[in-house]
Parts: sequence; structure tokens; C-alpha cells
Amino acid sequence: MAVLRADRAIPDSVVRHRLDGETALRYLLIGLFGLFLYLFVLYPMAKVLWRSLLDNDGAFVGLANYVRYFSTPAIAASITNSLYVSVVAMVVTVFLAFLYAYALTRTLMPWRGVFRVVAMLPIFAPSLVQGIAFVYIFGNNGIWTRLTDINIGVYGAKGIIMAEVFYCFPHAMLILIAALTATDARLYDAASALGASRLKTFRTVTLPGVKYGLMSACFVVFTLVITDFGAPKVIGGKFSVMATEIYNQVVGQQNFTMGATVSVVLLIPALVAFVVDRLIQRRQYALVSSSAKPLEPRKNPLAEWSLFAYCFLIAASIAAVYLVILVVSLVERWPYRLAFTLKHYAFDTVGGYTPLLNSVYVSALTAVGGTAIVFIGAYLVEKWRTRASAPLYALSLLPVSIPGMVLGLAYIFTFNVPGSLLNRLYGTLAILVISNLIHYFTVPFLTATTSLRQMDAEFENVGSSMGVPFYKTFWRVTVPIALPSIIAISMYFFLNAMVTLSAVVFLVAPGTELAAVAVLLMDDAGDTAQAAAMSVLIIATGLMVRFAYGGLMRGVTRRTQAWTATATDQVALMGTGSLK
Amino acid sequence: MRRPGNRLTTLVLGAAVLCGAALAGPALAKDTVVIYTAIESEQITEYKKAYEKALPNLEVKMLRFSTGDISARFMAEKDNMQADVIWGVAATNTLIFKNAGLLEAYAPKGLERVQPLFRDKANPPSWVGIDIYMSAFCVNTEVAKKKNLPTPASWGDLTKPVYKGHLVMPNPHSSGTGYLSVASILQRMGETEGWKYLDALHQNMAEYTKSGSKPCKDAAAGERAIGVSFEYVALEMKKKGSPIEMVLPKEGSGYDMEANALTKKGAKNPAAKAFLDWAISNEAMALYAKYFAAVGVAGFPVPEGLPKDISKVVYPNDFDWSAKNRDRILAEWQKRYAK
Amino acid sequence: MTGSWPSGRSGTPSSVASRPPAVELDGIAKKFGEVIALESVSLWVGEGEFVCFLGPSGCGKTTLLRVIAGLERQNAGVVRMRGCDVSALPPSERNYGIVFQSYALFPNLPVARNVAYGLETRRMPRAEIERRVDELLDLVHLRPHKRRYPAQLSGGEQQRVALARALAPSPSLLLLDEPLSALDARVRQALRVEIKALQRRLGITTIMVTHDQEEALTMADRIAVMNHGVVEQIGSPVEIYTEPSSLFVARFVGHMNFIRATACERPGWVRVGSVELRHRPGPTPPAGTRLTLAIRPEEILIGPAVRDGENRIVTRICAMQFLGAFTRLGLALPGDTGPTLECDVAVNALAEVGAREGAELPLVLNPEALRVFSDGD
Repeated sequence: MAVLRADRAIPDSVVRHRLDGETALRYLLIGLFGLFLYLFVLYPMAKVLWRSLLDNDGAFVGLANYVRYFSTPAIAASITNSLYVSVVAMVVTVFLAFLYAYALTRTLMPWRGVFRVVAMLPIFAPSLVQGIAFVYIFGNNGIWTRLTDINIGVYGAKGIIMAEVFYCFPHAMLILIAALTATDARLYDAASALGASRLKTFRTVTLPGVKYGLMSACFVVFTLVITDFGAPKVIGGKFSVMATEIYNQVVGQQNFTMGATVSVVLLIPALVAFVVDRLIQRRQYALVSSSAKPLEPRKNPLAEWSLFAYCFLIAASIAAVYLVILVVSLVERWPYRLAFTLKHYAFDTVGGYTPLLNSVYVSALTAVGGTAIVFIGAYLVEKWRTRASAPLYALSLLPVSIPGMVLGLAYIFTFNVPGSLLNRLYGTLAILVISNLIHYFTVPFLTATTSLRQMDAEFENVGSSMGVPFYKTFWRVTVPIALPSIIAISMYFFLNAMVTLSAVVFLVAPGTELAAVAVLLMDDAGDTAQAAAMSVLIIATGLMVRFAYGGLMRGVTRRTQAWTATATDQVALMGTGSLK
Repeated sequence: MRRPGNRLTTLVLGAAVLCGAALAGPALAKDTVVIYTAIESEQITEYKKAYEKALPNLEVKMLRFSTGDISARFMAEKDNMQADVIWGVAATNTLIFKNAGLLEAYAPKGLERVQPLFRDKANPPSWVGIDIYMSAFCVNTEVAKKKNLPTPASWGDLTKPVYKGHLVMPNPHSSGTGYLSVASILQRMGETEGWKYLDALHQNMAEYTKSGSKPCKDAAAGERAIGVSFEYVALEMKKKGSPIEMVLPKEGSGYDMEANALTKKGAKNPAAKAFLDWAISNEAMALYAKYFAAVGVAGFPVPEGLPKDISKVVYPNDFDWSAKNRDRILAEWQKRYAK
Repeated sequence: MTGSWPSGRSGTPSSVASRPPAVELDGIAKKFGEVIALESVSLWVGEGEFVCFLGPSGCGKTTLLRVIAGLERQNAGVVRMRGCDVSALPPSERNYGIVFQSYALFPNLPVARNVAYGLETRRMPRAEIERRVDELLDLVHLRPHKRRYPAQLSGGEQQRVALARALAPSPSLLLLDEPLSALDARVRQALRVEIKALQRRLGITTIMVTHDQEEALTMADRIAVMNHGVVEQIGSPVEIYTEPSSLFVARFVGHMNFIRATACERPGWVRVGSVELRHRPGPTPPAGTRLTLAIRPEEILIGPAVRDGENRIVTRICAMQFLGAFTRLGLALPGDTGPTLECDVAVNALAEVGAREGAELPLVLNPEALRVFSDGD
């Protein structure tokens, strides 16, 4: 082992290599990546923080805004409301999703594939779609209410929680499926050899094994709910949460200062959840050894059929939600005129199909540009260690903890500045692309990093030893090997950009309306049938794109099968385009 | 303290702008005009067909929000103005814009045909009204029957305990309809009594919505029994098949005017003026008149279901008062009723 | 011995030829944070020579190789190639081929494209590239596999592809970083011979890093034994084996018996327990100094020859380990309970001495083979 020997004076600096064109290019690219993150992450966030310390006229007031926020009962209530809704939705979602994931991974019950697919549906819909559906089902004049005459009082916390549970269900389910799959059958063999009862085995083997998965699911759901804006907007009624409060402060009252203040407060729980989640994930690696045996579920008719009934119920409810949306969009006037019509799809009131086309265009640009920036950025950070690597890595992880609304607001502060060159971006599709790209930056970045880390660290060195420029090796070796991850990343970007609302709602401008925002505005204006129709189109687009990507992935996998057997393993995690 | 990192920011603008320009600027062959509006979207659809035909060389970029939202946005952008034209935004708000110095006086072609009530008193005027809309209650008769609710006839009826939880009205912050109703109540009853009334009304309110038409649409969908909204939506919902009855309160409806204006930014844009000229043309007025009882130019037929002479049903509105006191009233409202 | 040129036995570059050495390191030092990986390493590698950097893991041998390759940047010192200072050159301009422990074959490219990788950027005509690839694949006997992907090859075959790829652009220096450590014993043996033969045939200057002393002894022209970031000894395999210059080298290379001893009054003699032994002429520390004696198992004499030899002691056999061609005896010195000496005895000799566990065995520790090291070494 190398040892510490302080007595010899070895200079701290290293002998510098002559700066050749290649190295210069690399530094330039690293610099550009750094500037990109600075300009679109760090600088805007600093602006929000700074803005929360100013009054509406731009004078520095210290923490006065925070004092006002916490001392105005009407606004401060949004904090406790947000926490309440998030915690309840978290507990319910994780509980339901755990049972569901357990049934899918640990039993041989029929229809497992169908159940899995159906449970993924909410990923393809903006969160407010769930809200709209629940109004149609449990609203004062909803199907359920009309049929049973029982009004559950859906407007408010109850409705928000229900909508969020549906919205977050697939995200929690995916994490828990991964956790339940990564187990060691030998533990179960040992437990049964020791004569442990089913319940005891569950308590002493199953639960501890998925402990980290459960925690991770909790944090993901908590963050999704507390930062979500769509569902509370649609179904919250008078119940105000922090995300809607930001929207009301900013859009309704153009009170940017209070918007910034609420934003900074909203950052805290999201940031905490993120940090804890990272710490947990770091620990989970050690849990399953490489010699682990996968668990083969055993037949158990009683448990299977009860779990089948449970999954059927959940899957049917999820399917019902989207069926309601579909039906509502196709009838004349729910619930008074039920004749079939396509007129709600004409969108003759709101710029026609422009928002949808814009959305597809923006999503495609996000997919292409985001994938390129994320992958090249991760490559530069991971493969060319410099002093900038650690800060760039940290900056790349930061976006996941920035709620979309906060990012959008930060971009207003950054780009809506008269006379600034940055102002050129304001009101363009480009800024929507960038905000999506940053909003969903971290998960793809981590995927790219993982995929790059799995590659031999010496590829670049082999190339440069033979005088092959790094960009050629990147293009001929790194990219082809990482192709499955790259495809997964671009799909993740596309699908998320298609449904996101919070990151773009402040940034749309005349001519750059997006589909999800159109849903919001139509619902706001009371045109719910059209909102449902637009939702159907968003979901349909997402499903088609997902389908196309599935085909693409199969093609790539087939082609790469010749040289690798493990090309798809990490795609499983992102394959659905979920996990924010 | 300075804004963080300005120098570095300036350094990278080049890249950002290149990127922006590449995405943002598909060649601007047509004359572009940016319009902010609060007109109901169904109506815009109708109007759009007309102006696209009349002004084929115009590329219209339109942003529609509720009155309060679009106004707030326009005000917030005052240092970095985006809009060229204000089209169909409540006169109260337009007056506020004028007082803030955000408008350019402009006399659109054909101004002489517009009735005096419908225009800014200054010459050339800073704003020109195109139509009048007024508060109206939308009552879902089916729901009312099920819930045993009598049909309200007046503002006063709405505070009866029987309606508790069945009412919905627009938030005056975001909605022009909401504000005109509140302003009209305060003007009619005086501030002390007015706020007392609003307190009582609040007790019955299920929700305050963002948009002015949403209460009526909620009532039409059967989600709520009664929505305080404005007359056009009530008729529209009834036409579309909902069991809706329109009630104009007997104390008199509040009203406001949808008005047009040229912004400081639009002053340099000939296309903006061309649009404003079209917006008070007979063709445009005929279209407005399909939805509103009173439009800027006299002599158009009144739509089915609306009173022939609206001066009989509205409570007179002091626009100056409404504009001047808007911030104060909204702040008071916020304090009392926002959650 | 750090900081200075290796002892005269290894020679200086100028004594070999008037040409400058292929690689010359002068005072290379490298640290990672506060951890010192290399401490002023100086050595040279002659043209066409095969030099091994040998040492335990973490001794700095791989770091040294990477400094030569330009993949690590040293904190101090100069790297020269054929007399030119290349310290400031990026890797791409140093003209070497390298084979990594993992081979780092490009999994997405077939064998032929892997080998052609370094040629394709050199504006070489296609046909020329094809020819060169075939030539190299012939050299490593892999031509039939040229269309296969690396994953479809065995470990040894992958290793040879990596070698061919490194050699393809005709570099003037070949760097091998633990090239055989990932292979099983049989393949490793075969490849040692093959690589060595190839190196001879091409006459290419080669530096190989290994922790396997057997590999170093069988392949290298010269071995640099490294420990804790310094070169302990440089020399031919025979020198390293027979004349280890330090306790570390003695311990690391080959099998060696160590016996604790103290210096006697008489110069050249030490005391082990109750016996006094003469050792190979060497340092003569003051009496009473604690010393370590070292002798290789095969250098211990037993049987008829020991009847009246010098340094004769009688030991007890306490363990016998059958190792095929010979048997290794664990021997306890007089007064000891456990074995302190190991001695290899050929099968037929074993019967001759009548060895069995518990029996006494007289032996002679030939003074010429009995090396002495001071304990601090």
C-alpha cells in the first residue's frame, strides 16, 4: 500500500501536459456544460432566493416576506395543508402500491402482465387529469353521486389525496417492484428451514429486505405530491396547498415576491426528501450480494386469489378513471345529453391543435436536446475527471429537488428581464424545452452516469494511446454501447415533457401554448369536456410514443445481443419513463 | 448587493441567444401582432375566422386568461411589454392600464360610430368599449329541485341559509365578472353594508373560481346548484342542453364593458392599429352582437333571451370608482375571504 | 536506494550502448492527495528490452506505467523516450501501445475492427488496413475469429486481440498492465510463452506490470521490484532471485526461509538459539544486533552430504506436504516447537533420508546460501 510519508517534499502540482487541440476541446465542452448548468439551474435559483428577500418594488427587506408568509393565516395554512395531503397520500399510495407490487412479483397469479400495464397508465397523463376524472365520478353531480346519492365531498383534501394516489401509484409501484425483485431466495429457504411462520417470514425477511425500497417510494411520492399543482388546482376547491398558492400569487395577483417566498419554503421539504433518498439509495447497493438467488414464487391459491381480487380492483379503478375521461370527451354534454360526438375534439375555442402540436414538438426537442446534453455532460463529468467534476455532478443532481413551479418562476425572474439578452428566450418554445430539460434532468443524468460507469474505464485511454481523438471513441464505442440507456433517456424526456404542467405553466406565451396547459385553461374556463378530450389526446400520444420506443428498444436489443447479454438491465428501471 | 453573477451571465448570453434564435424564429414573413384578451374562448373562435379573413396578412399571437389574470400579467410585464393590443378586457382594468401610463391613445377608424358611453372621454381615446356584459345567476333547475332550493330572484336571496354550500362565484382577483359583481354591490349598498352583505354571501359560498364563466359551467354540469356568472354563459349553457335558468337579480346586475386599447409597445406596430380598426368595424360589431345585448355601435339586434334594453336591468357602474378602488377592494376581499 | 541510479550491477544506459534508452525515468514522484504513490523513481529501459515492474498491489507499479503512458501526470520527475523529454506530451503523442488488465476491448466492434481501431484514423488505405489486421491476427493466431465479437471469445483470445490491437499501429513501446491476471493458470502459462516469443520476434521494447513474481521471472529481461512507491531492486531475474538486495525482495520473490538470529562477536557469524552459523559475507553489525537469515528451500542440503558439513544442525520434521515432483518438509529447529524452516526434497531423496513426521533430520545451511539482512530492512 502506498503510505503517508510527509518528510519528502513532493510538489502539490502535477507536471502539465501540453494543451493539444483535443484537450482544449474537452475543456471547452466541460466549460459549456458548466455554463449551461449555471445559467439554467444555479443562476435562476439564486434569483428566486434573492427575489424572496425583496419587496414588490425591488427594495431589500430581508426576511420580511417570510415573516408575512408565516403570519398570514390564510397563506400559511397552505403549508400545513400541503404537508397533510402529502403525508396522507404518501402513506395510502405506498401501502396500496406495496400490496400490488408484492402480488406482481411474489405470486404466480394470472394477469400479472395486464395488471402491470394498466397500473402504468397514470404516467401518461398530466396530474390534473386524475382530478378532472374524480370530479366526474365523485363530484356533486358525478356518476357515483348520482347513482348512490352519497356525496363524498370530493372538493378539497379528500379529492386531492385521491387524485394524487392515482397519479403517484405507478411511480411507487415501479420502485417497489424493483425492491421486491432484488431479493435473495436463500433467505426465504433459511426462514422456512428454521420453521418460521408466513407472517414471521414476512416480518423478518420480506419487510427488512424492501425497507429501503419502501423509504425511497415514500420520498418519491411525498415529493411528487407536495410539488404537484395540477390535481389540487382542479379538485382542491377552497383547499389551498403551496403549489396552488404559488400559482395564485403569480398568475392571479402577479405577486412575484410572495410567489418566490412560497417557492423557497416549498424547496425545503423537496430538498430534504431528496437528500435523505440519496443517502438511502447509496446504502441499498450492499443489500443484495452478487451470489443471490432470485426468488421463485411458489403456488399458494388462497393468497393468489385474494391478491388477484385486490389487483383487479385497483387496476379496474385505474382503468375506470381513464375510461370516464374518454367517455366524457365523446358525449354531447355529460350528464344531460349522452349522444356520441367528436365535437369536443375540434378545440375550436382554444387555438385548435396548436397546443398539442407544440407539446409534441417541445417534447421531441426535449428528448433530442436533453438526451444529447445529459449524455455528453455525464460523459464529460464521468470520463474526464477534472476539478470541475464534483461540482458539476452536484449541480446535475440539484434539479430533481426543484419543484416545477419554482423552476418556472425562477425562469421568469431570469428571462423576463427587459434589455437583457436572456430576454430573447422569453416567450419562445426554446425556454419551454430548456425548462423541461432541467426539470427532468437528474434521473436521466444518473442513468447515463450509471451506464458510463459500467463501461471499461480504459476505453478512452486505449483510444488516445493510439492517437484516436476522444470524440471518435465517444461516437464509435461509448454511444453504441450506451444506446439502450440513451433511448430510455430520450423516452423519459419525451413522456415527461408531454405531461408536465408545473414547469411550463408560467412560461407559455402567445403562440407557445402546450397541451397540458391547455387542459388547465380549459378546465379553468369550465370547458371540462374539451379538457378531457385534450387529456385523451395527450395520453394517446404518450402511449403511441411509448409503443414506438418499445419497438425501437427491441430492435436495438436484438442488434446488440451479439455482443452483450446485459444491455437492457438498467433500461428496466427507466423503461416506463417514470421515476421523477 | 447586486444581482448574483451578472457578469458571467452576460458572457454566456451569446450561446443562449443562438439557441433561442434557432428555435424561436421561424421567419416572420407576416406582420405579427401580440394580443392579450379576456374574451370567452368560444367567442374568440368565431371572431378569429372573421379577422383572419379580413386581415389575411396578420399573424395573431393571442394570450387569453381571465380578466384579472391577463391584467396582472400585462401590468407585471410593464417594463418588458409583450402585448401590442388589449382586446376585450374589462374597461375597469383598461382604465387602470391607462392610469399607469401603459396605453397609447389611438382613435381607430370608424370611432365616430361608437356610442359615447363606450369610449374613453379623452380624445383620442385610450380605450374603446365593444360590448357590455353583466352579472347573472345560473340556476340548475334539476339540482335545485333535487335539493329543494327555491329559485333566487335577487342578490338578497343568495344569503339565505338554504343556499349554503350550493353557491359558487368567481374570484374577483382573477375574474372580471367577479370584480364587477363585488364592485356593483359595494357601489349600490355602500361599503359598510356592502361588506356585511359579502360576509353573509361568503357563508354560503362553496368555492371561488378563477374564471368568470366557470361558476355557470359548474352549475350547468350539475356540480353546483347556482353559479354567479354573466349572462352570455348562462344562455350558452342553456343552449347546449343543460337545465339552466338565467336569473338577473332584481336589485340590478353589475356590469362592465369589454374594451380595446393600444399598448405603448403596439404604438409602433401598424399591424396593431389595423387590428384595432377591424375590432370596431361593423363586421366585428355584428359578431359581438350575437352574444351581447349592447355593443359599441347601436342598431344591432339583441340576442334571443336577453333584455332588449339593458339599462333597465343593470345597476349603473362608476368605472372611475371601480378602477381607482380596485386594489383596495381586492386587498380587503383577500383579507376577508381568501381561505 | 531511491533517488539515485540503480547499483552498478544493473549498469547505466550509457554502458549498454551509445543510443539513448527507449524509456528513461528520472526522479518520478506522484501523489494522490496526501497519499504518496511514487517517490522519486528513476530507471531506464533499453531498446528492445522486456522489463517487468513487480510488486505487491498498491506498490505504485501501475501508477508508474500510467505515468509513462501519460495517463497520470507526475508531480515531479521527467519521462524521456529515446532521449526526448515527453513529460508534457499528451498520451496520444507518445507512440506506445497498451494492454490493460481488463483488455478494454470494444464490445460493439468485431475483432477485426478492434484491431483496426488505431489504424483507421491514420488515413491508411482500406486495403492496407485489412492487410495489417490480417497480419496481426495471424501473429496472435486469431485470424479465423476476425468477424467475432469480443464477448464470443475466451479470456485468452480476448487478451491476444488486445495485444494485436495495441501492436497494430506499430508503436515503439508496448505497455502491459497485468495482462494475464484475469486468466486461469493454464492459459496464463501458455500466454507467457507466447507473449515473450512475440516480443522477441518483434523486438519491441516492452514494460509489463505484474504482481506475479513467477510471471516476472519467466518473462522479463530485467525486473524492477517495487514497494511503497520506490524501486527496491532492479536486475535480471537471476540476480533478483539469487541476490535479493533487501528483505522485502527476498520475501517477495521466490520461496524463502527466514530465521531470526543475533550477530556474534566473530564477524560473519550469527547465533540462532544455541548454535552459531556462518553466513555469506556481508555487513558485519556489532554483536547482539538482531538479524534475519534467509535461505531458499532448495538450497538446504540433506542426506549423505551433510554428515560433516559446516553449519550443520539437527531439526525435527513436523510437517510433510506432498507437492508432486517433490515434498516440502516443515522443520523445527532445536528448541522450537513449530516449523521454522521449509525444505524441498525430491521424491527419491526422500526415501534415502528416511523422512517421516517426528523423525530427526540433520541438515546443512550452506554458508554461501545463507544471506543475512538486518532486521530494519
